[in-house]
Amino acid sequence: MNENKEPVLETRHLGITFGGLKAVLDFNIKIFEGELVGLIGPNGAGKTTVFNMLTGVYLPTEGSVILNGEVLNGKKTHQFVASGVARTFQNIRLFKQMTVIDNVKAAMTKDTGYNMLDALIRTPKFWKTENELTKKAMDLLAIFKLEGKAHQLAANLPYGQQRKLEIARALATDMKLLLLDEPAAGMNPTETAELLECINAIRKRFGISILLIEHDMSLVMNVCERILVIDYGITIASGLPEEIAKDPKVIAAYLGE
Amino acid sequence: MKNRTAKGYIINTAVIAAVLIGFSVLKGALGDSQIFKLIMVPSLWQCCYLIILAASLNLVLGFLGQLSLGHCGFMAIGAYSAALISLACERAGIFADKSSPAFILVLLCCILAAGILAALVGLLVGIPALRLKGDYLAIITLGFGMIIVNIINNLPFAGQEGLSIGSASASLYKNGLGFGTASKVTFVWVAIIVTLICLVMMFMFIRSKYGRAIRAIREDEIAASASGINTSYYKIFTFTYSAFFAGVAGALYACANATLSTSSFAFTNGGILNSTFIVVMVVLGGMGSLTGSIISAIIMFILNYQIKNGLWVKSLTGFLGGMFAYPMLVYAIILIVVIMFRPRGIFGTYEFSLLNISRDIKNYRAKKALQKAGKKEADANE
Repeated sequence: MNENKEPVLETRHLGITFGGLKAVLDFNIKIFEGELVGLIGPNGAGKTTVFNMLTGVYLPTEGSVILNGEVLNGKKTHQFVASGVARTFQNIRLFKQMTVIDNVKAAMTKDTGYNMLDALIRTPKFWKTENELTKKAMDLLAIFKLEGKAHQLAANLPYGQQRKLEIARALATDMKLLLLDEPAAGMNPTETAELLECINAIRKRFGISILLIEHDMSLVMNVCERILVIDYGITIASGLPEEIAKDPKVIAAYLGE
Repeated sequence: MKNRTAKGYIINTAVIAAVLIGFSVLKGALGDSQIFKLIMVPSLWQCCYLIILAASLNLVLGFLGQLSLGHCGFMAIGAYSAALISLACERAGIFADKSSPAFILVLLCCILAAGILAALVGLLVGIPALRLKGDYLAIITLGFGMIIVNIINNLPFAGQEGLSIGSASASLYKNGLGFGTASKVTFVWVAIIVTLICLVMMFMFIRSKYGRAIRAIREDEIAASASGINTSYYKIFTFTYSAFFAGVAGALYACANATLSTSSFAFTNGGILNSTFIVVMVVLGGMGSLTGSIISAIIMFILNYQIKNGLWVKSLTGFLGGMFAYPMLVYAIILIVVIMFRPRGIFGTYEFSLLNISRDIKNYRAKKALQKAGKKEADANE
């Protein structure tokens, strides 16, 4: 593996306690450029808590999150996003009463380079930036085959497309690391296969790293290059998919002893 | 899409021009009649500041999705600062009376200064208040609104009696900002143009990255911050921006009334100017529709006018007559009825425009035609 390179994301002894409950303990992960890493574990193992710490929603009580060599402890969510992490949510959180294209454009707000005065008197800079935004957003939607629905309300999309739109919105923040929280939850096999295609396509196209939480084992085993397994907040195994599949600790955690 | 934007601008400019020309024709035709001077022009002044108020609260309530009940406080700041600045200018001898050319400049500067001062206070209130959400925010803004009014009440130069009695009042009416019947007619164009400028500024704000960002915050704050939107910045910015327009509306209010007293901005005020009344206007028009706010401001003004002056209201007896003696009760019932039967308000988040209407009619016709074709096919198959 590319051990010599700087990791995109590194966590050191990351941990969080809620009151007396140790939700996640000593979580260490390194993700390199272009890698797709899976994070699995039984329900309530702390996977989403890890995501929340990696995006600044929760403040970790121990350890640090390092992104491209920059320590991000104590920063706010939007600052995490500015340094290059974007995420999707387990239960879809779209801007439902906005059009599909506005969902994507809203995620580009931080890179929209005009100020209030430009907006008020509609300078050429405003029009230029807005046109570029529209073009960029349409390109992104085209990857997910959503360009035909650009002017519909996000709430009116079918479930599978809402999932895709959420990924498109995350991509619009121009990030280097994408965190996907159960992207295939509630999808049928055809939709899952389509999603897989999309994930591969965006990896190829943008060269980003992805950390994936998923319950669908076939998906995880198929696409992930490395897998981390956590249970009760403790990392119990990490390695290649084949190793994980045979690991007795993992089998015990999933099936009981 | 681009073509549509250009068309929209042309239509809007045409509508604004039509409003101005229509008004000047009206003024030419009716300029000397008593109805025009005593009813139409004062109504127009009131409508102007109500429209600005409703639309500016809609930015916070409808587009940003935060319930603020202190909007009248910002309006009070605007009204008092405009009045005091104009008095100071008059005493400094910048203008002698309302006919001097310097007066117009002073008037416009007063309106601008009122907006800026209200925005500054909005910023100061917004920074701590917007850390809270929902009901808590409503309560704290309500509190801030009352605090502002009380502070003004206790200021030595604004006074317990406001600017209503004593020397201050006389000069406000004669030489300062307060307009009598004749000056209201002379300066009515100021009200119309200021309102139009404010509305344009709000529309431009909504149709830019700022509008997208604050609507995203309304839809889902967590997702908005996970999309890289600095939620507290945009919240405070919008709150300040909205307070600016409330201040401008306050300045227009100061012009339209010869006297100012803080009781007219108090939360318990039974008249037209309290924060709940503005909330009713926004909810009735549709949270998230500026055109809805404009229309509902006019509707609520007419209703208020009828309750106060309409002969049919005075002829009501028994329970109904009793109810109309308490206008606030009527507004509360309107709010409840709107929330029960049409929670989205008249327009919801729909913006009224000729282009939208023509598009919707086209879509509707296409849908109907498709249905017809489908029916024919089904009939043929049978």
